[in-house]
Order: sequence, then C-alpha cells, then structure tokens
Amino acid sequence: MTLTDCPPGGAPLGPPGDSRTPGIPLVSGAVGAPEGTARLFLAASTTLAAHRAAYGDLPTANADSLIDQLRLSSLDGRGGAAFPVWRKLASTREHSGRAKGRRPIVIANGSEGEPLSRKDMTLMTRAPHLVIDGLLLAAAAVGAPDLHLYVSARAADAARLALDERPDARHVTLVTAPDAFVAGEATAVANAIERGVSVPRDHVVHLSESGVRKRPTLVQNVETLAQLALIARFGADWFRSVGTSDEPGTRLVTVTGDVPAPQVLEVAGGTALVHLLAAAGAGPGELRAVLVGGYHGGWVPAEHVGAPFSKDGLRMFGAAPGAGVLMALAASSCGLAASALIADYLAAQTAGQCGPCVNGLPALAGVLRRLAGGAVDAALPAEIARLADLVTGRGSCSHPDGTARFVLSTLTAFADDVDAHLHGRCVVNP
Amino acid sequence: MDAAQLDAALWAFGRGTGVVALVALTLSVVLGIVTRSGRPLPGVPRFSITLLHRNLSLLACVFLVIHIVSLFFDSFAQLTPLDVVVPFFGDFLPFWQGLGTVAVDLLIAVMVTALLRNRIGLRAFRTVHWLAYATWPIALAHGIGNGTDGTSAWFLWVSALSVLLVLGAVGWRLSTRFVEFSGARTASPTGSQREVQPR
Amino acid sequence: MTETLHIDWTLCDGRGLCTELLPELLGRDEWGYPVARTSPAAERSDVPVPVALLAAARDAVALCPRQALRLDRC
Ligand code: HEM
Ligand code: SF4
Ligand code: SF4
Repeated sequence: MTLTDCPPGGAPLGPPGDSRTPGIPLVSGAVGAPEGTARLFLAASTTLAAHRAAYGDLPTANADSLIDQLRLSSLDGRGGAAFPVWRKLASTREHSGRAKGRRPIVIANGSEGEPLSRKDMTLMTRAPHLVIDGLLLAAAAVGAPDLHLYVSARAADAARLALDERPDARHVTLVTAPDAFVAGEATAVANAIERGVSVPRDHVVHLSESGVRKRPTLVQNVETLAQLALIARFGADWFRSVGTSDEPGTRLVTVTGDVPAPQVLEVAGGTALVHLLAAAGAGPGELRAVLVGGYHGGWVPAEHVGAPFSKDGLRMFGAAPGAGVLMALAASSCGLAASALIADYLAAQTAGQCGPCVNGLPALAGVLRRLAGGAVDAALPAEIARLADLVTGRGSCSHPDGTARFVLSTLTAFADDVDAHLHGRCVVNP
Repeated sequence: MDAAQLDAALWAFGRGTGVVALVALTLSVVLGIVTRSGRPLPGVPRFSITLLHRNLSLLACVFLVIHIVSLFFDSFAQLTPLDVVVPFFGDFLPFWQGLGTVAVDLLIAVMVTALLRNRIGLRAFRTVHWLAYATWPIALAHGIGNGTDGTSAWFLWVSALSVLLVLGAVGWRLSTRFVEFSGARTASPTGSQREVQPR
Repeated sequence: MTETLHIDWTLCDGRGLCTELLPELLGRDEWGYPVARTSPAAERSDVPVPVALLAAARDAVALCPRQALRLDRC
C-alpha cells in the first residue's frame, strides 16, 4: 500500500447507489422529497436548472424553525468533529448583534485537507448548488451578511461556475484552500479568511462567539450544508427516515486504499463497514484491516468489519465516522509499515507552531518507524505510548491528539505484528 | 559653596549618574540575552533573571533622568528640553551629545513598549525590542565621546569591561547552542503565526 | 469559581519560567515545554489552578517572556 493509492483527484467518482433519474417536474417549487438513500446527487447535471428541477426552489428560511428542524434531525457536522449543527447555529446567532463588529460570518468548508477523502470534492463538482443553498440558508438563519466558500483547488472551478450562475449568491466570496492537512481545521479556516494564512490559531472561546475579526463565525463542512439544505426543504422527519436512530440520514463516505474500485458513496447512517467495502469491490477476506475516519482515525481489524459505521459502533476501536473515510489495507500488507508511513506524513503536516507538536510528532513517528523497520527493542511500544500521551492535549489544534490516537490504535489493531517485530519476524513478510 | 563649586559638583553628579545608568544598561542587555536563552544562571532562577533585567532597565532610566535633569543646570552643557529629544542641535559637542539624545529616544521606545508588552502583543514588543541592540552602543559612544571622563583611565576600563561583556553575550546569542534544549528540539516552531524576524 | 491557566502553544517557546514558578502544577517535557502534571488531556492547555497557587500563576502570566499565558475564569 502506498499513500498515493487514494483515488486520483478529478476522477468521476460517483455515488453509485440507485441511479434513478428523478421525475423532473418542469414547474419548480413543488418537488417531492427524495426516497431511499440517494439524496444528495439527484440533479441530472450541475446546472442551476437541473438542481431546481430535482429539489425545487430555495425555501424561505425561518431561523427558529430551521434551527428547530436541525435539532430534531440530530444532524451533526460532517467535517470530522461531528458537533451538533443546530447548536453551532444557535450559538452563532446568540452571539451576533447589529453592531458592525458583531455581524456574523458563515464559511462553507470544503477544503478537505484529509488526503484520503474525496467526498467534499465530489459534492462540490457534482452538486455545488445544494452546498450553496445550505450556505445561503445557514447565513439567513444566523443573520450573516458575510459568506465565504472555502474549497480545495480541485473543487474551485466547479464552485466558481456554480456561484456565477446564481444571482442570489453574488455576495459569496470564493477562497481556495492550500493542500495541507490542518488547513481545514476550523480556526485555520477562520485564519484563512481573516489573514490569508491557513494555519490553526490559539483560541479560548468557540468561533461562534469570536472568530474572523472577533465576529461570531460559523464554519460548516460543505456536506453538512448540503444536508441542511435538504432538511430545510423536507424536514427532520424525512431526514431521519433513513439511517439508524443514532446515525440518522445519509452520509458521504470515501472508500479507498486496497480496494478494486475506490469511490465516494452516499449511504444510510450506521451501515456496516463490510457493505461499504463490498460496494468498492473488496471482500473482508482480502483485507487485514480498515482505517476508519481518516488519518486521525483508528484501525478496525478485518474480523470486525461487521461493525456499523457509527460513533457507538466504532468507539471501541478508537475511531469515529469523522469525515467519512474508509481506507482498506490488503491482507498482504504489514500494518506497522503502513502506519509508519502515515505517521511520518502526519508529523510532516504539523503547522509548525506548537513546540510539543513540532517536536513530539516526529519523535512519535520516529519510534513507530523503528518498530516497523524491524528494530528489536522491547521498550519501543511503551515509548510510543508515552510520547502519544505526552503530545495529547498540547497543541492549538487537535492534530497532536488525532495523530496520537491513530498511532495508539496501530499498536492495538496490529498487536500481533508488534509482537512478531519484537521477535525479529514479520507477520506478512516472514 | 560658591557658584564655581556648585557647577563642579553638578558636573560630577551628572557624570556619575550617567556612568551608573550606562553600567545598569550594560547589565540589562546581558541579562536580556540570558532571558532570551531560557537558561537560569547559577543560583539565579529564570524568573529572577527576567525581573532583574526589567529592574535594571528601570534603574538605568531613573539614573538617566537624574543625569539629564542635572545637566539642565550645567553651564557647560546648557542643555535645553529640545536637546533631550531632538539630536545634534546642542551647543556643546553636538555630535557626541546628539548620540546621547538618540540613545534616550531609543530607550524611551524600548521601555514604553516593554512595559506595555502585555497590551501591545508579542510581535510589536519584540520588533521594537531589537532596538535595544542599537541603544547600548550608541549610549556607550556618547559616554566616551561626550564625557569629560570619557578619556580618563577608570572610565575606559569600565567601558572596555562592558564591551567585553556585551560582545561575549552577543557572541553567545549567535551561537547554535544558545537556546536551552536546542540540542533536544528537532526544530524550532516557525509557523507563520510566529514573528517573522530572525529569533 | 476556579481559574485556569491557558497556554497558547503557538507562542510558548518552552522558556521554563512558568515551570519554575509553578512547580506543583507544571513540569517540563524533554524539549522544555510545560506539561501539566496531573491534568487529563482535556485540561492540558487550560490547567485548573488551585487557589493556593493563584498568586504564583499571576506572576507566571506577567513574567512569561513570550506572553503565552493567561488566566481565565470558568
Ligand atoms: C521595562 C523594561 C524591559 C522589559 C520588561 C524587558 C523585557 C524583556 C524580555 C521579556 C525579553 C525576552 C524576550 C524574549 O525572550 O523573546 C527581553 C530581551 C532583551 N532585552 Fe529587554 N526589557 C526591558 C528593557 C530593556 C532595555 C532598556 C534594554 C537595553 C537597552 C533591553 C535589552 C534587551 C535585550 C538585548 C534582550 C535580548 C533580545 C534578543 O536577543 O532576543 N531590555 N527583554
Ligand atoms: S498543534 Fe500542531 S498542527 Fe496544530 S496548530 Fe499547533 S503546530 Fe500546528
Ligand atoms: S514561561 Fe511562557 S514561554 Fe516559558 S514555558 Fe512557560 S508558557 Fe512557555
């Protein structure tokens, strides 16, 4: 496995799922709610007309009822942190005011710094208008005059085209994110908008209280906003009609790594990992483990792929759905070697600001690399655990925490590799 | 005491306070550098070094004020309030005295920003604080060139010792092992949030 | 009302003044940066300060050469 195995950018990764074309009512407005799990990609093309035909007009938002519907839907953020969406909106609204310095700012975050993930790019290139709808609705709900669409370079052209098509989105500023792991972290997004520098910053209060230029700032992932646009139209009950009670609705998942057909899927919340892998053409027998939740996630050994893709189902593996990433590792691969490469990458992605992160992550990655490389030293696992604990909670963003979590999950999921390496052997390359 | 005697006493007083201010400033520069290193001195913990650095700076200022005020009454120097802030206009040794004025201006900038550093933020404080490295040699040159004692042996000894101390400290400052833990750290954080000047 | 000592890691340069003033609360890691001795991960950037150490914590805030510390009420 190499780190570049993820699907090439720009490839037409599709949500396969059901491929029905929606009945296209030519009179927009009264469009029926989508049935099944195909919700986000119903527009026949990326044009505004096709979007309107599939989903109807932008509903007029009543702030209270939208926030209410979001609360009832239990929609949580799809960028990784999974924070309840209604709470962020309510908090932003609460901290906003009429004074110039208190007018809120809303940012749609499609920067997708996670290199394994392709779902935000897919959404931006296939259904940009749903995202823009969500951005406009969220901004209206919190009373924000300033709107930004912050996307990766690979999604920028599609975003520009879509924005240009819409008179109601003239005031949205498009900002291109650099290709860096931490560029999508919420305070880095605020920094990017405020100062053009996409690095995280120190914060003691939530962005919804004090963000860009100290104004209340709402940063939402683009998928979150697309889901919000659907909830605004069809309501919380409709949203919850698919998925499980703790993972309602659909979510986008990037399935990548050692699978025959890497792709982005729209699936019902709580779907078992094994089904997601099967959709990408991989059977559990061919795999050693699956990295769930991206590089800040955790390894789930192949024998547990029956686990649901949900917070509860993944907790015992130190993982979470996060930004919806699944990376398969072939049965023929060494888990330690694969993880050491990822840890090296993560160590190199420190934004270079915080001492414990700048010094601790390379040290942590270095010890894992030694273990993976076959150094026979029984003290290495304990040293990894010590360094992982040492960096946790000691950075301005959660990059050290996520990296430590990933490395610790490596030791747990590949305990047999660790044992073999410490005896001078390797499970997969004896 | 007649007028001539008073004049002489004032002159000695003005000189003496100037020399004390210079010595305090020298020690302050050295301790500023020690503060920057993050290292303690034998028997002196780190926080005491910062405090000493600050207090020596304040002491230098107090003596400097006395130094300047006493020279208002001096018949040689004939200092005017304008000379205190605008350099090179004085009647007496305009160049050397002008250096003293420049040093005072710089010192005011350094002191004001240092005392307000918690309010103006790290970047502004650090930027202005670099001026300290210009302040000290200018103040020293002023002392040597302007002072009646500038050429007397004991003052030259004090100056030489000060120069050695400061040069030694600056040399250390520029060495690679200057910062404590410089050996253990893989890299110093250099993200764009940090100040842009060399550190 | 407890107060917490917030460490801005983007500013801290591990100069160790705070660890001298608050040895009960803070140790130093192998690179010189302060580590909250007993706090769980969630409190390592916002370290609760016992009342007895408040005065020392205020000194640390005032003396930190990088202005990386602040006391917050919570
Ligand atoms: C109230 C007055 C002052 C305070 C509170 C103060 C504070 C500080 C602090 C906190 C540092 C360490 C900066 C860091 O580590 O990044 C420092 C460094 C330094 N200070 Fe001061 N200072 C004061 C006045 C002065 C004066 C009057 C001078 C000399 C004219 C001076 C010369 C220096 C020097 C040379 C350094 C080392 C700078 C470096 O090489 O990075 N300071 N000072
Ligand atoms: S914790 Fe690491 S990645 Fe996060 S801001 Fe600090 S240096 Fe950057
Ligand atoms: S005194 Fe300031 S710079 Fe030094 S270790 Fe403590 S917080 Fe960091």
